[in-house]
Amino acid sequence: MSRTDVLLRVDDLTVSYGNIRALKGISFDVRDGEIVTLIGANGAGKSSALRAVSGLIPFSGRILYGDRDLSRIPPDGIVRLGIAQVPEGRGIFGNLTVFENLRLATWQRKNKAEVAKDFERVFGLFPRLNERKDQMGGTLSGGEQQMLAVGRALMSRGQMMLLDEPSMGLAPVLVRDIFHTLAEINQAGTTILLVEQNAYMALHIASRGCVLETGSIVLSGTGRELLGNPRIKEAYLGG
Amino acid sequence: MSTVLKSAGRGWREITGNRAFMPSLIVAGFVFSFAAAQFELLDPYVQLILMYVGINIILASSLNLINGYMGEFSVGHAGFMAVGAYTASILTVSVFPGGATFLLFPLAVLAGGLVSALVGLVVAVPSFKTRGDYLAIVTLAFNMIIKSLIENLEAVGGPRGFLGMEKLTTLPWVFFWTVLSVWIIRNLVYSNFGRGVLSIREDEIASDLMSVNTRHVKLIAFVVSSFFAGIAGALFAHLLQYINPRMFDILKSTDILIMVYLGGIGSIAGSIIGATIFTVLLEILRPMGLWRMVLMPLLLVILMIFRPRGIMGLREFRWFVPLHDFLAVRLWRRKKEAADASS
Repeated sequence: MSRTDVLLRVDDLTVSYGNIRALKGISFDVRDGEIVTLIGANGAGKSSALRAVSGLIPFSGRILYGDRDLSRIPPDGIVRLGIAQVPEGRGIFGNLTVFENLRLATWQRKNKAEVAKDFERVFGLFPRLNERKDQMGGTLSGGEQQMLAVGRALMSRGQMMLLDEPSMGLAPVLVRDIFHTLAEINQAGTTILLVEQNAYMALHIASRGCVLETGSIVLSGTGRELLGNPRIKEAYLGG
Repeated sequence: MSTVLKSAGRGWREITGNRAFMPSLIVAGFVFSFAAAQFELLDPYVQLILMYVGINIILASSLNLINGYMGEFSVGHAGFMAVGAYTASILTVSVFPGGATFLLFPLAVLAGGLVSALVGLVVAVPSFKTRGDYLAIVTLAFNMIIKSLIENLEAVGGPRGFLGMEKLTTLPWVFFWTVLSVWIIRNLVYSNFGRGVLSIREDEIASDLMSVNTRHVKLIAFVVSSFFAGIAGALFAHLLQYINPRMFDILKSTDILIMVYLGGIGSIAGSIIGATIFTVLLEILRPMGLWRMVLMPLLLVILMIFRPRGIMGLREFRWFVPLHDFLAVRLWRRKKEAADASS
């Protein structure tokens, strides 16, 4: 695949919860090697879009990963196709050790040598996780849990990574660290689809962004364009 | 004094940390159980209690797989026990040739487990479309269905029960099956599959997103759990030499639940302790008559207030954890230290 190939194509995606339409037919694509971010306020439908791609909720429309249609594949199958996930609220297994948390992401993989290599990579990126290897996931601080969530996603070796609000509940310094790491991970070749409320940080590292408002994409462009857009400045960046 | 205690503690850890500790304990236990039965080293009554303890350990640890490790709530364990008990009894009484039942007994027990596992699969497929409270209701209904089904099956005695089994369950056999069950369940829990089971308890959605095939894991765990309930039922039937449907009603399922929660969820050692305390305490309190049925629940309430996770909740004795887990971690550390030292 060359760098400009479309990796993920979302076409006319509609998600409903009962009578409420959370997404009203949005379309966007993510090219290989990019960071694409979906930004927007609470309830704009950002997480619904991500959950649809993960296979967690039913949807209408089309989601293609490469040339595979994701609509009938269960969540674990989607991960196996190469889409690693950082779930909303991190989804750390609190009563399992950091090591076990990381091991779980390799649940379906048989090649132990490769798994060991991935451990080294994650521990290299987050030395803190190595220090806390035998500690229960639930006893980690918020920032460490977020590192664990990202590290765990790396362990599943996806070509692409989906993140749902990695900045949630973190101090500004930690948010900067996490986004710095995401940029590094992207540099190393992982394509990223990022859902964020922290528009400033997200647009800063993103190649492209889409702004969601009440279930529709109202604006899209490169990260820099959106950062400079007066409407965005007013609504999401605090003037 | 404290130094004596400390060195004693260290000595104990050294003994239990030894590679040969568990195997020699098991061999010694087996030899003893055999000798006790053969040469009447133990009072027959004590032997009987020990056999009940063993059967209850199998029941508790297998239910713990679902309720403790996987975090679901199944309340129909006695139903699977009934399936195992009736299957094995029919085999030894009506199918196997008269003289050979003694030799074929292990096969009957295994068959009890397998049929129970099959029924477990049939129950699990629709059950795991539901979760939490709903799963409890489905398994409850299953327990009732099994009981009424047997009550209405004249071929196996209906409500009068089924008899004619020889007393084939002996102390060595119970010891063998208990060790085998506990060993298999422990190895399962500490495997990659077991990690998947734990992750479902912790956060099922996250578990899905970590590539765990949660549907398969739940199904397999439930089938394994039913299998061992069936084994326990088969042993139970050939110990009592008489079974009737009322023995396997909701109350029996509740007893097993109590053993699991008393010992502690998510702990094999807990299930062993819970089953032992429950069985032995009921016997000790026997002179109290009906009052023991008041005292036991009361003890449970007190325990739940002061130790809500049970005696061992989510913990395990160190010497219970598979050795390769230890060795793997130790090896990994040593490698890491060597690498650090060289760099």
